[in-house]
Amino acid sequence: MGMTVAEKILARASGLPKVSAGAVVEPKVDLAMSHENAALVINQFLEIYQGTPLTPRIWDPARVAVIFDHRVPAESAKTATNQKKVRDFVGAQAVTKFHDIRGDVGGICHQILPESGYVRPGAVIVGTDSHTTSHGALGAFAFGIGATEMASVWALGVALNIEVPATLKVVVTGRFRKFVGPKDLILHLIGLITAQGANFKAIEFHGETIRRMNTSGRLTLCNMAVEAGATAGIVPADAETERYLREEAGVTDAIDPVLPDADAIYEQTIAINVSKLTPQIACPHTVDNVKPVSEVAGKKVQQIVIGSCTNGRLDDLKVAASILKRHKVAANTRMLVFPASGKVFRQALAKGYVGTLMQAGAVVMNSGCGPCLGIHEGALGDGETALSTTNRNFKGRMGNPTAEVYLCSPAVAAASAITGVITDPQQGGD
Amino acid sequence: MALIVYSVGDDISTDVIYPGRFMATVLPTETPQFAFADDKEFNGRLKTQQVPRGGVIAGGQNFGCGSSREQAVSCLKGHELTIVARSFARIFLQNAINLGLNVVTCPTLVAAKGDDLEVTDTEVLNRTSGQRYPVIPLPKSRQEIIAAGGLIAFTRHRLLATRH
Repeated sequence: MGMTVAEKILARASGLPKVSAGAVVEPKVDLAMSHENAALVINQFLEIYQGTPLTPRIWDPARVAVIFDHRVPAESAKTATNQKKVRDFVGAQAVTKFHDIRGDVGGICHQILPESGYVRPGAVIVGTDSHTTSHGALGAFAFGIGATEMASVWALGVALNIEVPATLKVVVTGRFRKFVGPKDLILHLIGLITAQGANFKAIEFHGETIRRMNTSGRLTLCNMAVEAGATAGIVPADAETERYLREEAGVTDAIDPVLPDADAIYEQTIAINVSKLTPQIACPHTVDNVKPVSEVAGKKVQQIVIGSCTNGRLDDLKVAASILKRHKVAANTRMLVFPASGKVFRQALAKGYVGTLMQAGAVVMNSGCGPCLGIHEGALGDGETALSTTNRNFKGRMGNPTAEVYLCSPAVAAASAITGVITDPQQGGD
Repeated sequence: MALIVYSVGDDISTDVIYPGRFMATVLPTETPQFAFADDKEFNGRLKTQQVPRGGVIAGGQNFGCGSSREQAVSCLKGHELTIVARSFARIFLQNAINLGLNVVTCPTLVAAKGDDLEVTDTEVLNRTSGQRYPVIPLPKSRQEIIAAGGLIAFTRHRLLATRH
């Protein structure tokens, strides 16, 4: 019997001819990513070496990436000091894939990795961030781990005791209607299989709709695979993957896609036709509390957020700008936009999207994670409601346990910014 | 004797266990003060040592879903709590094993705050109700990490074995 993408990648990385779901392997790691929580990884890493005659050295500094994105620029002396500690450490260890707080090469880790050409099909990627699943969009096996597990990877270069996941195959057909896209699809899927529907499993995305989807959309899908509990979300690499790597990420060396076998064994196959899918929204306080936008239309919102690793890319800002052009953000509603990277920000400036959004009344912030998890600007007031293109709406997520967060696409967020209430872009506006 | 000191439902996220706004704090000696920080009552009892060590948090399905932040584990370990849940989210479970937080998967558990549990490797006996519930043992690969005293010690052994 054949193998899924996850099985093939893990077999290859573990030096085995074949593995099946449930096997325990020790894959070599191709890329190990951390953000500010590298401060904790460093502590754990140094502790591993305590009482040994060995000098703490990262196994392969070229395979480690550190990106500052969670609290940039630092909001407190404590954060700034942690960042300083990480900066000194990566300098001493000769980590070259270090992205400091900068407008040229800085940004959110899950955008920086693909746009810098660090993500390759068939790679094993670990990150101390649950949304590391994003990188499966380019056909990699990418999963989130804790800081101590990362310290172990830094020391050994392998991920220890990894269980090969079973795979859910999601086959998507049909063409999206206007103002419906990847975010609506992934919210619909999470609503269907629930927040734990893919716990300990991988999701492989297939079908004509995925083949037609650009890498930006695929990143949105794989980013939120973890919201169904998935270890990894994977789009098998294809012509679009190669186009992205060559044209947008500047990759010039060989690309080696890993594709599933025709007789691969899937735990379950889920077929979705998107032709009649309407804009979707995840309601408080779980990501699987998904409804058509029309069911909650009219609900007043005080804060609109467009950005993040989920929906902060150029096409996301483009759709928002197209809807907000010659309109104004409603009174008593504030709109925050944070592009996914400095590069995206500069492209959006050149295309005029930033100007359009600001003229409409939006505040365009520097690239970072802050508002999504309530750690750096954009906190909500007591009892307020936010509508956001980010990925989580757990109680307290945007910094206030008495507030509510709804999750949606950039089109829904932009249409709602104009009205000040949750609005279906297929109905609203003019 | 292990008393249930706190009982929660399904899909308790790491944002609830350890709110993001405290993420700049990373030291295991400092994170326990922010455990369940948005539940003032329970957090207050934890901070004033009114919760007995060895107490149990009874969870539903998908306990610890969301962010990979390890503070969500270290903050509970600091209070020496045991988590008995119907199921755990993958990253939280792995972090718990790596750091040595006692986690027990008990898919059919029925229990409420104040109940007295007896937890063994194979079952949970709810002494208050008299009911017994089977425990899903951790895979052998995970037990190796626990037996070594956590992932740091496990990695240290591996490092010394491969370099000498």
